[in-house]
Amino acid sequence: MVSALNQALFCEMELDENIVVLGEDVGIDGGVFRVTEGLWQRFGSERIIDTPLGESGIVGVAIGMAAYGLRPVVEIQFSGFSYPAFDQLISHASRLRNRSRGRFSCPLVVRTPYGGGVRALEHHSESMEALYAHVPGLKVVIPSGPYDAKGLLSSAIRDPDPVIFYEPKRVYRAIKEEVPEKAYTIPIGEAKVIQNGNDVTIISWGAMIRECKEAIDKIDASAELIDIRTLKPLDFKTILNSVKKTGRVVIVHEAPRTGGFGAEIASLIAEHGLLHLEAPIMRVTGFDTIFPLAKLEKSYLPDERITAGIKKVLEF
Amino acid sequence: MQKTVEKFSVLYLQILMGNGECDEKDMPYLSKRQIQEIYFFMVLARKLDERMLNLQRQGRIGTFAPSKGQEASSVGSAYALEPKDWIIPSFREIGGLLVRGMPIDQYLLYYAGDERGSNLPKGINIFPTSIPVGTQPAHAVGFAIAARMKKENLVVITYFGDGGTSEGDFHEAMNFAGIFFAPVVFICQNNQYAISVPRSKQTRASTIAQKAISYGFPGIQVDGNDVFAVYKATLDAVKRARDGNGPTFIECVTYRLGDHTTADDASKYRQQKEVDEWSKKDPILRLRKYLENMKMWSAKEEDALLKDIAEKIESAVKSMENKEPPCVDDMFKFMYEKMPWYLQEQLSSLKERTSEGE
Ligand SMILES: Cc1ncc(C[n+]2csc(CCOP(=O)(O)OP(=O)(O)O)c2C)c(N)n1
Repeated sequence: MVSALNQALFCEMELDENIVVLGEDVGIDGGVFRVTEGLWQRFGSERIIDTPLGESGIVGVAIGMAAYGLRPVVEIQFSGFSYPAFDQLISHASRLRNRSRGRFSCPLVVRTPYGGGVRALEHHSESMEALYAHVPGLKVVIPSGPYDAKGLLSSAIRDPDPVIFYEPKRVYRAIKEEVPEKAYTIPIGEAKVIQNGNDVTIISWGAMIRECKEAIDKIDASAELIDIRTLKPLDFKTILNSVKKTGRVVIVHEAPRTGGFGAEIASLIAEHGLLHLEAPIMRVTGFDTIFPLAKLEKSYLPDERITAGIKKVLEF
Repeated sequence: MQKTVEKFSVLYLQILMGNGECDEKDMPYLSKRQIQEIYFFMVLARKLDERMLNLQRQGRIGTFAPSKGQEASSVGSAYALEPKDWIIPSFREIGGLLVRGMPIDQYLLYYAGDERGSNLPKGINIFPTSIPVGTQPAHAVGFAIAARMKKENLVVITYFGDGGTSEGDFHEAMNFAGIFFAPVVFICQNNQYAISVPRSKQTRASTIAQKAISYGFPGIQVDGNDVFAVYKATLDAVKRARDGNGPTFIECVTYRLGDHTTADDASKYRQQKEVDEWSKKDPILRLRKYLENMKMWSAKEEDALLKDIAEKIESAVKSMENKEPPCVDDMFKFMYEKMPWYLQEQLSSLKERTSEGE
């Protein structure tokens, strides 16, 4: 996925000279995960900007750039360090279009690695997509594999509005897929049915897609797996169509349970598809705790709990 | 009409020269035993760092931030504190933490990914590690104001890097400290880099120390590889704070000889030549030269010290590795004083699963 993201940046920057990349260590270092590797050498330090260590400044400056006609792509080194910039995102990026009655827009992308499973230090493992999905005016995109990552990042960069692009670092280098060299896009706001099935619908995103696939392999039933890919705007039609077919739903996310995005999906299903349900909606999620340090992270992350959840819903 | 309404200057302090000679005029009082103790902590920090690198490569602990080259900055500053004072650290001050009594096995445990490493015994006045850069100086200001309200005449010292001074929170902390005249000592370990970003790209200002001036309190720059200068500057700052004369900012000019963390490769963004130049200014070598010049140290004492340190570290490694694994309760227990129903439910469902798995 790292090299797919890198390719998306290369391709888009070749196509549009208004694109700039800003962040900590994105220049000569190529980003701590190497997503911006080689960009600085190719595009120079005017377009690939190593910033001072200040997330609020990075995003605030990027908002100004976006408003003035550039297309900034911000890298926040870890999603756990995006909070100093939260104010800029909530108070300004998400509102600029509305506040100026359409005179200004904010075509800004904030890329940031999220999620656990890499035995990291505190603040390097959490999954807080629901915070961003809650903010009116932001879009939230989370790819689960390299092919989607490239197409979705290109779309995010071309999008006229601010996009939070959450990258599942756990599968940064874990999944191999064919990725075309040329630029291509995958529309924001379209879910993907990864696998068709009739007995149960499994809904997830990001790094949990891989876990869901493994869980499905362990059960003896026909499961439909949906990767929502975009939390906001959500492609609920694809979800509802699947629920109509299967009548059973498991939602999986590694983020904490309470107020997680699974709750939003569950309530949409309850609002629009209750009569199609044959079992209560099941959520398999992280706990409402601080993401633990390495020794307990296996207990935190959904793994065999997914299989158990699917079985329970099937047996209901 | 135009006139100058203010003028500023920034002092630089160096006491111990590269050749181990020292400027007697500024030399603070330190007994032979104290100087030897400072040397002990610096070497302990260095050796622990080396051992941890080695443990990390073997997968026995996780990612950590080595402090090689910065021992004088953290040991020298922490050594100027009294037992009742507090440290609000970031993540690259092991030397200072050791001075303040950080148990080595707990430090290792934390970096092995076990939260129990953070639960320091009462009496060790060290606040937990703060990884979000630039955020903790504000806590130091609050700590200091609270202690003053309680009429406890203590001083709070907080550590951060050159990169940390670019965060908004840092500036708000400085401003609060100035406004409330808080008994805080800000220690900036300017190790020249924030990961790959050099100091020159963090601020246009020629010193970091001068930032304090705009908040209305003194800032001084010291040779951060000179443990006497760091000690003296901190001692003066601590006294100011304790006497009710407000905060001080100390910029320790030092150098990170190792990688940013064990996940970093510094050769991508800096020249070996530069590292070699700074290696010559190694703070430990410099203090050792001083000790030898002053006839305060012998080869025999050095051997005994190294042996003692190796034993201390090995016994801590053993204790860390013999620790029984944490149980899942640890994840839930400290979320609130009283565990709410939903956490109780989540915990018991998790425990059911784990016991089924057995
Ligand atoms: C708010 C925040 N942003 C980014 C990071 C990632 N990060 C960890 S250390 C570091 C560089 C810190 O540099 P500096 O403050 O100079 O301290 P040093 O690491 O050199 O001791 C960065 C960017 C972080 N921990 N916190």
